[in-house]
Amino acid sequence: MLTFIVRRLLLAVPVLLGVVFVVMLTVDLLPGDAVSLMLGEHSTPQAVAALRDYLGLDKPLATRYVQYVGRLLTGDLGRSIQQNRPVTAELAEAWPATLELTLAALVLATVFGVTAGVVSAVWPSSLFDAVARLGSLFGLSLPVFWTGLVLIVIFAWWLPWLPVGGTGSLAHLVLPAVALALPSTAMVARMTRSSVLEVLREDYVRTARAKGVRERWVVAKHALRNAAIPVLTLLGLQAGQLMGGAVLTETVFAWPGLGRLMVKAIFARDYVLLQGAVLVFSLAFVLINLLVDLSYGALDPRVSKQG
Amino acid sequence: METPGRLAWRRFKRNRLAVVGLVLVAALLGSALLAPWVAPRDPAKQSLIEKRARPGAKFVLGADEFGRDILSRVIYGTRVALLVGTLSVVIALAIGVALGSVAGFTGGWTDTLIMRATEVLLAFPYLLLAIAVVSALGPGVLNTTIAVGIWGAPTVVRLVRGSVLALRESEYVGAARALGASGPGLVARHVLPNLLPTVIVYATLFMANAILVEAALSFLGLGVQPPTASWGLMVSTGRDLLLVAPHVATIPGVAIMVAVLGFNLLGDGLRDALDPRLRGDGR
Repeated sequence: MLTFIVRRLLLAVPVLLGVVFVVMLTVDLLPGDAVSLMLGEHSTPQAVAALRDYLGLDKPLATRYVQYVGRLLTGDLGRSIQQNRPVTAELAEAWPATLELTLAALVLATVFGVTAGVVSAVWPSSLFDAVARLGSLFGLSLPVFWTGLVLIVIFAWWLPWLPVGGTGSLAHLVLPAVALALPSTAMVARMTRSSVLEVLREDYVRTARAKGVRERWVVAKHALRNAAIPVLTLLGLQAGQLMGGAVLTETVFAWPGLGRLMVKAIFARDYVLLQGAVLVFSLAFVLINLLVDLSYGALDPRVSKQG
Repeated sequence: METPGRLAWRRFKRNRLAVVGLVLVAALLGSALLAPWVAPRDPAKQSLIEKRARPGAKFVLGADEFGRDILSRVIYGTRVALLVGTLSVVIALAIGVALGSVAGFTGGWTDTLIMRATEVLLAFPYLLLAIAVVSALGPGVLNTTIAVGIWGAPTVVRLVRGSVLALRESEYVGAARALGASGPGLVARHVLPNLLPTVIVYATLFMANAILVEAALSFLGLGVQPPTASWGLMVSTGRDLLLVAPHVATIPGVAIMVAVLGFNLLGDGLRDALDPRLRGDGR
């Protein structure tokens, strides 16, 4: 098990280095003079020269990359151009809000998605199954930013039950979390349904039933545990979907998180801040999937033996 | 004796949801191609005294903040959605087939390099890679298409490489090689035809995602720029009037959902019809 964990951790290192490289490249791809673009048209030549020197844009790509990674290892992501504050400080202020939102959505998607999927699979072709399947087809076709707006019109305007946007209480979290969670809930429900159905067709389930194990126990003990792996993989991928979706929901609901910070950074042409935000999102995504990989070992002893 | 194509069509026809998907996609294609004839009004014509008009006799789905007919703009928006979707599928497939087959056939360090690069691109959460690309290239229809295409390529690379690896070991490809067939020739004659069902299914489901990503980018102001009629952009501009005239923002969103639903249903149906082994719901 330990070698398995170490191997997976080591495999993540080149991916992370690559992510840093791509993030760094985005500034290189900027058409024209990136620095005067960032500072706007009223910048002084001295300011442009200073920033170019600070970003090291006169040095070759490889040198800059090594420098960037070196700084990164000491926890330095540079200073944001707009606010001239350490990027790490700005990100640190914003990330708890995003974490709260995505975690809430992930919990909603898992609870409702898995429940609906299991019920659908245990009673296939029932009325519930038909409604859940159709509902999840609609759910995964929803643009989250639009769902957010529709929820605002319904639950914050027509029925003034919940706040329109902002943070502060649990009530503020409800609408953005639901809007963000809907497509993922649909995906989880579909995946859970099909993998539980598949497991229920297995020989060992037939054996368990034949020897008189109660149906509830068959589902709980055999079906759920074996169906968990594909669902877990999907949840890891959905975490990425939720982080991307958070950029949209945070914009719609004025939620002060990383996503909104990132959108602001783009429009302010603050590429240092943008790099930092994209990097944090990607690191989080890689780490989550690493955790998912590691948890396979706990769920299925065969995985860790293969290494 | 039935051909595989006919068999697939029979399976497809039996699936009611798949047929609904086909009808929706056909309707989208129709309105994109026939937009000037189907749209009741000029999508760009402003009428400031009728701005934010509620749905009614003159404006079936109402008018937006400049008094432009929303129905006509939704119909013209189909063009942007399908154009960006189709071209980004083409880009994703082109990159994916090229790199995937090179990786599969060459092996060695080329393979390692390509696959590591693919993993890196897959390590970006949904939408963020596209946002990063567009923020570097600048907003616009073309750059949005490129961003969405790059986002879709890694999965195709994996698909193609996997099947090249499997085919490389097969006897008939070995025979073709012995007879002097070249790499690109093998890809065109043996790999692609075998992959066709998978690629068609992936391309259809990817269309659904491409439409969503284009709409999201345009909503954020990074994609299609005004005055072009794009659904995401229409939702975004309608947002400022959300509580005054909710129809301006919500109606284009319905179009997005219907389009995405159509491609999802069609893709699911094609998967069940073309390759029953691929059942399961991973994307």
